[in-house]
Amino acid sequence: MKRYILGRILMMIPVLLGVILITFTMMYLSPGEPARFVLGDMATEEDIAIFNEENNLNDPFFIQFVKYVGKAITGDLGISYTTKQPVLDEVLARFPTTFKLTVLSIIFSVIIGVTVGIISAVKQYGFIDNIMRVIAMLGVSMPTFWEGLMLIILFSVVLGILPSSGITSWKHWILPAITLSTQPLAACMRMTRSSMLEEIRQDYVRTARSKGQKEFLVVMIHAFRNAILPIITVVGVNFARMMGGAAVVEIVFSVPGLGKLIVDAISVKNAPVVQGGILFVAFAMSFINLFTDIIYALVDPRVRSQYIRPRNKKTVAKEV
Amino acid sequence: MFIMRSENVVMTNQMTIAKRSQSKEIFIRFLRNKTAVFGLLIALVLVFAALFPQILTSYDPIEQNLMDTYLSPSAEHPFGTDEFGRDVFARVVYGCRVSLKIGLFSVSIACIVGVILGSIAGYYGNIVDNILMRAVDIIMAIPNTMLGISIMAALGQSVNNLIIALSIGTIPAFARLVRVSILSVKEQEYVEAAIATGAGDLRIIIKYILPNCMAPIIVQFTMGIATSIMNATGLSFLGLGVPAPTPEWGAMASSARAYIRDYWWMVTFPGFAIMATAFAFNLFGDGLRDALDPKLKN
Repeated sequence: MKRYILGRILMMIPVLLGVILITFTMMYLSPGEPARFVLGDMATEEDIAIFNEENNLNDPFFIQFVKYVGKAITGDLGISYTTKQPVLDEVLARFPTTFKLTVLSIIFSVIIGVTVGIISAVKQYGFIDNIMRVIAMLGVSMPTFWEGLMLIILFSVVLGILPSSGITSWKHWILPAITLSTQPLAACMRMTRSSMLEEIRQDYVRTARSKGQKEFLVVMIHAFRNAILPIITVVGVNFARMMGGAAVVEIVFSVPGLGKLIVDAISVKNAPVVQGGILFVAFAMSFINLFTDIIYALVDPRVRSQYIRPRNKKTVAKEV
Repeated sequence: MFIMRSENVVMTNQMTIAKRSQSKEIFIRFLRNKTAVFGLLIALVLVFAALFPQILTSYDPIEQNLMDTYLSPSAEHPFGTDEFGRDVFARVVYGCRVSLKIGLFSVSIACIVGVILGSIAGYYGNIVDNILMRAVDIIMAIPNTMLGISIMAALGQSVNNLIIALSIGTIPAFARLVRVSILSVKEQEYVEAAIATGAGDLRIIIKYILPNCMAPIIVQFTMGIATSIMNATGLSFLGLGVPAPTPEWGAMASSARAYIRDYWWMVTFPGFAIMATAFAFNLFGDGLRDALDPKLKN
């Protein structure tokens, strides 16, 4: 298991290097001089030359890239052009907000999605199932930003019971979390339903029923435990995706998170913040994927056994 | 002699029926799925709106009319008017063309590139496979929204750049899908037979392998249009998509956001249009999946 985790972490290195290359190239190619944006219209040619020299902007592309990677490895993502603060500090200051929003949303979507998915599967083609499948499809088809705006109209403008921007109290988290959770909720529900439908028809479920086991226990203990693997994958994938998708929600509800930091930085050509922010999101995403795979291995003995070489029983037990 | 001939006739009849039944059966199975047909119908209406917007509305989507600003929905303006007095219905109808164009083209590009990369990776395996799939991993490590944001920041706002940005984010899905399909088909006997007859790699991939991977590709293509249109509107909402004054649903919702407290119609109707489009293509894709591969049902 340790070997497996170590291997996976090592595999992340080339991927992250590639991510740096992509974001770096994109910001390098983006038109306009950052110096003009940062120093304003009053800046003299001399000021601009000094600025470019300080930020290594006169070096050729490849030299700039290597310098950036060398610094990034030590955690130095550069200095923000606008606030003059280290990018890593800015990113770390914003990250907890985004993380909290994502975690709240994922918890909400898993609880509702799994429950509804199980009910849908148990009563296939029943009333709840039919309604829920249509709602799930609508949920998948609804653009996140628009859903947020509609919720603001309903709950803030018409009903006036929930605030529409900022994060100063617990009430402020409700609308952003619901908005962000819709897509993963629908995905989670659909996956739970199809995975449960597959398990519920298996022989062992019939056996459990025929020996007189209560229906609730048959569904929850026998079928659900076996249906959980694909659900974990979907939740993991969506969790990772939400780290990026949160940007739109943060803009709609003016939540000061990482996504908002990156989008705001683009409009003022604050390249270090954009690069650092996206790199950080990719980093977080890779760790979530790794985490999902580890949980996967912990839950499924078949997957687990692939990574454990049968030596003697004691070490195997220890590693598990 | 006579009997044999009649038998022959029956045989050939059965043969033609058997030959036709594959696509016919898929078609019948699809038609039986009412929600899928419903999705297809909405999609056709949208295509009609994209091709002939002037039939549906007489208003100009771009020309400003400062006498008629902020009118609420009425018989004259079914979706109301916006801050420049433009008819929101007209802008939604003309927006169809932009959104469908973006969806169709970005997924087509992604599909072509993805199929080529996936075929090469799956067919040749080893080092080629490793290199291509690691490249795909890198693109997938950046969340699609972030990738779109950074590409649009580099290229600048325009419909064509948006198509490029979205297609890059969609390539991995196709590449992985095709690669897996090819891996499962590659070992089949008819491929071996084709190799034995001396067919070249390109011929084998195009003529023998790809036709057998078509079902998942078609489904991914249809669903991809829905995702792509939604991502496009999302980027436009962030101000990184289609530039003003082109009527685009995401950009419309974005500029209407400032007036959300007083003029709800400006933001509501473009959103409905996005939702209807994505809903239609998702239903259509779902129905296609059931019809193309009954094994995948449920």
